[in-house]
Amino acid sequence: MIVDRRTLPAAALGTAALAAAALLPAMTESRAILSWTLLVLLYVALAQSWNVLGGFGGQVNLGHAALFGVGAVTTRLLWTAGTPIAAALPAGTALAAVTSVVIGAPALRLRGPYFAIGTLAVAEICRITAGNVLPDIAALPPRALAAYALAPRYYLALGLAVLTTAVAAWIAHSRFGRGLAAVREDEDVAESIGVGAYGHTLIAFVISGALAGAAGGVFAYYHVGFYPSFAFSPLWTFDPLLIVYLGGVGTVAGPIVGAIVFLALREALALRIGELHLLIFGVLFIAIVVALPGGIVQAVRDVIGRSRTIGTAEVTST
Amino acid sequence: MILAQSTVFGLLIGALYGLAAVGLTLVFGVLKILNVAHGELIMLGGYAAFWLFTLWHVDPFVSVLPSGAALFLVGVLLYRTLFGRLLRAGEETKLKNSILIGFGLALVLQTVALAAWTGDERAVTTRYAGGVLPIAGIVLPFARLGALAVAFVAVALLHVFLHHTYPGKAIRATGEDVDAASLAGIPVPSMFLSAFGLGSALAGIAGTLAVVTDAVSPSIGLAWTLKALIVVVLGGLGSVAGAFVAGCGLGVVESVSGILLGNAYREVVGLVLFLAVLAVRPRGLFARG
Repeated sequence: MIVDRRTLPAAALGTAALAAAALLPAMTESRAILSWTLLVLLYVALAQSWNVLGGFGGQVNLGHAALFGVGAVTTRLLWTAGTPIAAALPAGTALAAVTSVVIGAPALRLRGPYFAIGTLAVAEICRITAGNVLPDIAALPPRALAAYALAPRYYLALGLAVLTTAVAAWIAHSRFGRGLAAVREDEDVAESIGVGAYGHTLIAFVISGALAGAAGGVFAYYHVGFYPSFAFSPLWTFDPLLIVYLGGVGTVAGPIVGAIVFLALREALALRIGELHLLIFGVLFIAIVVALPGGIVQAVRDVIGRSRTIGTAEVTST
Repeated sequence: MILAQSTVFGLLIGALYGLAAVGLTLVFGVLKILNVAHGELIMLGGYAAFWLFTLWHVDPFVSVLPSGAALFLVGVLLYRTLFGRLLRAGEETKLKNSILIGFGLALVLQTVALAAWTGDERAVTTRYAGGVLPIAGIVLPFARLGALAVAFVAVALLHVFLHHTYPGKAIRATGEDVDAASLAGIPVPSMFLSAFGLGSALAGIAGTLAVVTDAVSPSIGLAWTLKALIVVVLGGLGSVAGAFVAGCGLGVVESVSGILLGNAYREVVGLVLFLAVLAVRPRGLFARG
């Protein structure tokens, strides 16, 4: 990553935010603040993972919940069976990566609307089957519950958020990422200059799926009680999708900005107007798709760009 | 006997799937966009019928007309404010953004329905609700039989309209080739508007029938959208007759597999069948070419 005049403020801001996040458990005793920040970090990770394929790769994956669910349920089952989390989480991540190959290899052959519909169908199959087959893991065993501490979960979520952001930054600046962008912009042109569309999108799918699985694993480690089918809920597809578009699709900063705004808004609105806050999210989302395809990140860049004219080398595509 | 009964039952349910899918496929065939909030439009149609029955005792089979008309207007409104804006974009962007907008719209409509009518399940209990018509040991509930008849008539009328009337042919021509249609003097924008309105009206009719046979609640949209999407793909995107036949087929497959594998897996069977078809014939079972 080249640090120049343009990326320097962002890098400084990022370092400061990271330091603040790392020191937060030492600064506050409040469970509410820690839990909220943990959730932000988890959503950053999940949104980054969706953005790898959906933003950088341009493939709208509506089955992201399946990969989150595989990671969550695998990690949970291993962990509650006595496996240390240090082994259970990688196992969940690995199984999610394998699942991505199984789903992605045929799904990425589909064109047009079929990819979105097909992945949505896969996720629904997983949700129903998980609800039917898997044992209830709604509550933790008393021993685990007694040993429950928030801080390790918090640092795990922080680590994952940093990792996913680093992966996103690597994709944005690497040869692989440029190939992926070429495929997104025009598949035929990409193929004609020697960029394999199928290979690039499949790798992106697997990276995206593995990271989603890791996010699921952290969720399973953090969340005290949930039903297996909840880990496969369409929520885990649509929340990150909303966050990514809110922040800025196909950008590194977008999922971070989106997750903070999303959870802050939800916190502020849900208390006052209850379920109606979803209405505001829906309207906001539509408005962004229609009028501001680059999300908040784009809006900020436009404002900065107007004050100092920089040649834009950005790829603006939805 | 159980198998025969469940086949017939599946057919009765499947007709509704078909009707739900026909609206979606019409919109896709003409505008080349996918409205994933179609299930929410069905939900609105269901509430329209429910309130007409509860407040003024209008029989759901009568309220097919007003709720269809109401959803036609909703469709026109949605087209004017949202979906109509997309049509200038390129093929792929248009499709992708329509899916995204539909998702946002689904969220909005669900929340509005929840706020307006609470999350309770609502159903209509008519006088003939429990009545059945026994034929050779197989029972046919009146309500579902009526729903099948209305669904069939609606699809048949649509077919006649699209294939044998001038405006219908103009809509199909627009779906086949926008430029050629435009050159032939067809007002393309109003064809788009009519197709979207018609698709929404069909969702309204489907919702009305669904409230007779099942129940309606703010969250039923996604299940209906998914069902309609499966049927649309099985029938070949854009094919009205294919969608109706595929809908009936899916109903039978679900119902029979519910008997053979247990009710918990009936939904899964439909989805797996859908993926299998997608893998083998990515353009759908009845698509030509």
